Amino acid sequence: MIPELGHLLAIFGWTAALGVLVSGFWGGCRHSEAWVALSMRLARLQFVVLAGSFVLLIVAFLHDDFSVLYVANNSNQLLPWYYKISAVWGAHEGSFLLWTLVAATWTHLVANRAQHIPLDIHGYVLGSLGFINFLFLAFLVVASNPFERLVPNTPLNGVDLNPLLQDFALIIHPPMLYIGYVGFAVAFSFGVAGLLSGKLDSAWARWVRPWVNYAWAFLTVGIALGSWWAYYELGWGGWWFWDPVENASLLPWLAGAALIHSLAATEKRGAYKNWTVLLVILTFSLSLVGAFLVRSGILTSVHAFAVDAQRGLVLLGILTVVSGAGLVLFALRASTLKSRLEYWGISRELLLLINNLLLTITVATVLLGTLYPIGYEWFTDGEKISIGSQYFNAFFIPIMLVLSFFLALAPLSQWKTTPLKKFRWCLVFLGAAAIVALILPWVLANTLYVGATIGIALGLFVLITHANSFIKQRKSLNLGFVGMCIAHVGFAIALIGVAVTSVYSYSVDGRLAIGDSLEVNGRNYELQSVQTIESRNYLAERAEFNVGNRTTLYPERRFYPIRAMQTTEAAIRPELFRDLYVTLGEPTDNGTWGVRVQEKPLIRWVWFGALIMAIAAVLACSDKRYRRLSKRDLSQYSRT
Amino acid sequence: MTSKTLRLRLLFALPIGGIGVVIFILALGLRGGDHNIHPSTLIAKPFPSFEAPKLLDNEISDHEELLGESRLINVWASWCVACRTEHRVIQDIAESNLISVVGINYKDQRVDALDWLTELGNPYDYTIVDFDGSLGVDLGVYGAPETFLVDSKGYIRYKHIGALTDKVWEGEILPLLENLD
Repeated sequence: MIPELGHLLAIFGWTAALGVLVSGFWGGCRHSEAWVALSMRLARLQFVVLAGSFVLLIVAFLHDDFSVLYVANNSNQLLPWYYKISAVWGAHEGSFLLWTLVAATWTHLVANRAQHIPLDIHGYVLGSLGFINFLFLAFLVVASNPFERLVPNTPLNGVDLNPLLQDFALIIHPPMLYIGYVGFAVAFSFGVAGLLSGKLDSAWARWVRPWVNYAWAFLTVGIALGSWWAYYELGWGGWWFWDPVENASLLPWLAGAALIHSLAATEKRGAYKNWTVLLVILTFSLSLVGAFLVRSGILTSVHAFAVDAQRGLVLLGILTVVSGAGLVLFALRASTLKSRLEYWGISRELLLLINNLLLTITVATVLLGTLYPIGYEWFTDGEKISIGSQYFNAFFIPIMLVLSFFLALAPLSQWKTTPLKKFRWCLVFLGAAAIVALILPWVLANTLYVGATIGIALGLFVLITHANSFIKQRKSLNLGFVGMCIAHVGFAIALIGVAVTSVYSYSVDGRLAIGDSLEVNGRNYELQSVQTIESRNYLAERAEFNVGNRTTLYPERRFYPIRAMQTTEAAIRPELFRDLYVTLGEPTDNGTWGVRVQEKPLIRWVWFGALIMAIAAVLACSDKRYRRLSKRDLSQYSRT
Repeated sequence: MTSKTLRLRLLFALPIGGIGVVIFILALGLRGGDHNIHPSTLIAKPFPSFEAPKLLDNEISDHEELLGESRLINVWASWCVACRTEHRVIQDIAESNLISVVGINYKDQRVDALDWLTELGNPYDYTIVDFDGSLGVDLGVYGAPETFLVDSKGYIRYKHIGALTDKVWEGEILPLLENLD
């Protein structure tokens, strides 16, 4: 009964979404308080029933109800209870239910937290969100039902969750990503509402900014978690592979970053209105492209769900309808918008423009590199081509370095126009950063690499200019400025981390018998013993390594009998300045073991920087001016 | 409408073209994405040579035993849930007597496999035991279930990854089979 009830609740949610859609648009159109209020109530109903449906799927997993196909395919009696819960979003159907629940949650939040905005905008935003989740839920209910039964022939036990997904980071990585992806639907809906109502001004930008920041912050955390997971779980010590599925999440992230910056210009100066609203539409469209790439089965990737092509067709349909509707509306309405941009001198507007240009070029090149193999395969009748990291790095790295240079100037710049003498210390700062970037690696590692040195120098340059401005303005700080500074510092930390870990890492392979040791970068790794251990749902061989009498590491090779899958569990000693990373490989007949020892300097800085950026994004939109000014907006646009 | 506003309008319609191109390429990916011929290298190649015991009687069987008639070779395991869903389809095919159905029991325990056949019925003329998955490696098996069509001379004609459905059987394998005859 429980699975049927879950499916029924999902159908109720679908109906509620239709209700939100109709009442929202109608209420917005007719300026009717009653209809918008109805839309708000239906949004709550949608949230409640979808949450209920989701809980029932969790119950089916916890009860080991293998008569449900999805449970049988992704769980097992022996799976620990917390992985039974995370298995709910371990494959396509359940994760899509989570996706719709996230959409319903955002809708519910917009309904309740955006009551200060004009009635028509509120109605249109809700209507648009209802429209989007109506399409998602149609896909869920009709083509991706997670409650589908497997009767008769119900199995006694399930096939287990993919062992690679039995992991802490993978419990929270997908929800974070979905909150980010779907969060951009809120921005998209604000764009639609702005275009429909014609109210695309500074106030509009102020209403959208917090939603964009929150969505982007979650997406940042989600991507960082995914990278961290790949680093320790896949066992190769890599943290970014330019895998198409990683790119799928990077695209909306880059577009979202551009959007955050162009929104600043739109809010403060009424500039780039058309561009901002276009970015709002494109960012969510890229989220949908990402969802398509992961779920359509056109890619083979570690992260992709294997699903059939018909589902892909439906998702492509949703992408076409949603972004098509947004862009047609843009084409019809946006050309009448007047943007104000009087100053083309050196100004913060100009820096934000450069930021957007560079980020847009990056989005375009990453998109091209991701789509090219797909088109190539079709045009050459099935020949495969793989676009590797060389292509992406060749574009991405130089653009990011140029971006960092302009980023360093950000806190010094002013709106309208900035006198050149404001930048007079920059040369000194840049020189100091360059000297440190030349000396430090030379002293610590005895080698210099051009790319890394430029990266470190620019990272330090960003840190210095931001610290300098921060100290100068310490008497008159507002959260917006603080958020900006912290986010840029996070970027600089990540930049330095990437620059150093990419070229100063060590990796040594060896074959060790018990008692043998390997020396890596002056540290001695001695293999003490290898023991066989047995856990609930796997068998493991666990090695013990003594590292320079200082610490002990336990890398494992696990065998999960239910799926007949072998995984490597790297042993990592994380430190602020370096990670020690040991992977246990295959045993040989003569009693030796394949071992890979790696040292990864500053690798933590990459994720730490990302985390700082996410926190800063949330901090910046907690600025009280969003609340204070919204009262002023309210008197400007009366709600009724 | 003046030509200037028209030009402006056209400019603002450009993004529609952009997303159109992206959607077009993605749609090409869907059309070209027939993953069932994925390791197309196997198609029209002879079935790999092997020697392995049969599940029921432990008699040694080899690739030459497959020759002489067309065979539908189905890779299955008792731990595989999709194989359960697929089982009815395999049974229907066996009952239609259009083709001889042979199983490969993939990375499985003998006792579990025998229980499974007792519980669900045995549609296979015989089942080859691939205990360590080595035959699976030669066949490029991703995981169970997978199904191969092999002609009477022992050449692989078709490979299907994932559970076999009535649609795949009637729409793709049956027409191929009629051509072989």
